Amino acid sequence: MLDDISISFEKGKTNLIIGKSGSGKTVLLKSIVGLHEVDEGTILFDDRDFTGMNFKQKKQVRKEFGMLFQGAALFDSFTVEENVRYPLDMFTDMSHEEKMERTNFCLHRVDMDKSNHFFPAELSGGMRKRVGIARAIALNPRYLFCDEPNSGLDPQTAIRIDKLIKEITAEFDITTIVNTHDMNSVMEIGDKVVFIYEGIKCWEGTRDDILSAENQYLNDFVFATNLAKTVKLIQNKKHNQGAG
Amino acid sequence: MRELEFQGINSIGIVVIISIFVGAVITIQTDYNIESPLLPRYLIGVGVRDMLLLEFSSTMVALILAGKVGSSIASELGTMRITEQIDALEIMGVNSASFLILPKIISTMFFFPLLTILSLIVGMSGGYAVALISDVSSPQEYVYGLQYVFYPHYFTYALKKMIVFAFIITTISAYHGYYAEGSSLEVGKSSTRAVVHSSIVILMFNLILTKLILR
Repeated sequence: MLDDISISFEKGKTNLIIGKSGSGKTVLLKSIVGLHEVDEGTILFDDRDFTGMNFKQKKQVRKEFGMLFQGAALFDSFTVEENVRYPLDMFTDMSHEEKMERTNFCLHRVDMDKSNHFFPAELSGGMRKRVGIARAIALNPRYLFCDEPNSGLDPQTAIRIDKLIKEITAEFDITTIVNTHDMNSVMEIGDKVVFIYEGIKCWEGTRDDILSAENQYLNDFVFATNLAKTVKLIQNKKHNQGAG
Repeated sequence: MRELEFQGINSIGIVVIISIFVGAVITIQTDYNIESPLLPRYLIGVGVRDMLLLEFSSTMVALILAGKVGSSIASELGTMRITEQIDALEIMGVNSASFLILPKIISTMFFFPLLTILSLIVGMSGGYAVALISDVSSPQEYVYGLQYVFYPHYFTYALKKMIVFAFIITTISAYHGYYAEGSSLEVGKSSTRAVVHSSIVILMFNLILTKLILR
């Protein structure tokens, strides 16, 4: 599925993995967090070899992870409050009051105050994503992973989620890795962008480089929509006029 | 406690309804098959008791629970799998299989034998109700039959079988749910597979356990 991929992600920045559906983005992200075993190679978290660790050692490193899944993956039978508190119950010795304080802080941070006693089924897609982010940051993670955070959301809600991810990354100095095929997200929050095509890393750069990249596969992906094609056409015209 | 409620307490209703009617029907059918006037009427009570003890309240109730509880376990875990809730647990360093499945196994192995006892009591009551409202047997004869030459061994046989069946239902259903892949359609399929496979294995083990225990 994935072949010969070597990437380093930058601390305190939103690192984006982009590519079309089925290109291997989710497999790559799940391999990084250890949900898929890799056949060969190493995954390093600040020089700690994650691939060579046993279950207990991995559990220690995973305390530093926060992950937002594509469908938020909130536990259906738990309330919003219980979902966000769950990592604290699992990993900390905090008192109930401290846990509640942290839970309420995280919910407040994602603008989901007063939703403590709702069940996930009672929330909209965007609200679920925000609760998912609150749960992901509950343990003050060093690494935040987001798998298609905007899928199934309207453009305004998608921008809101993007901004939230960007703000949280900067605020807590987290290494954030986001899987997306949404070009709006790329232009909005992509500090570093990695393009995956059929399981291979095809291109790597910043969001400023992406519009002028020479890679054919990347261009096919980036300029797939009519809007993007028109922008590209106007850019080329201006460039040609400037040259003429 | 949540698992006890989901897997056990919520199954009381269906076990009671089915057992009361089956107990009543067995009473009528046993009466129908006792044609000889030389056979005492209390044999109806004996027949109902032994049929419930030996087969219905363990094996048949287990098959019913395979349908109800087994499909519920498979679809719950299958949904958790395809909505990535199990992945979320794994990310938090939780051993998801142990965390999700073990409480279900413990609760069913504890509660299903209680359902067997309940089924026995309710089934015999169903037969008693028939004895009261019809002329198949007098209630006194029926009760005498229930008490006549009672082998406690049959009771432990039924409970032992049910403990094994509870383990079979939970593990097979959990396996199919836990390893579900794909869409919600797959959850439905895994739920169906869980019921079918559990039922077949229950019938196989019914034969094996009967041969082993009732020698």
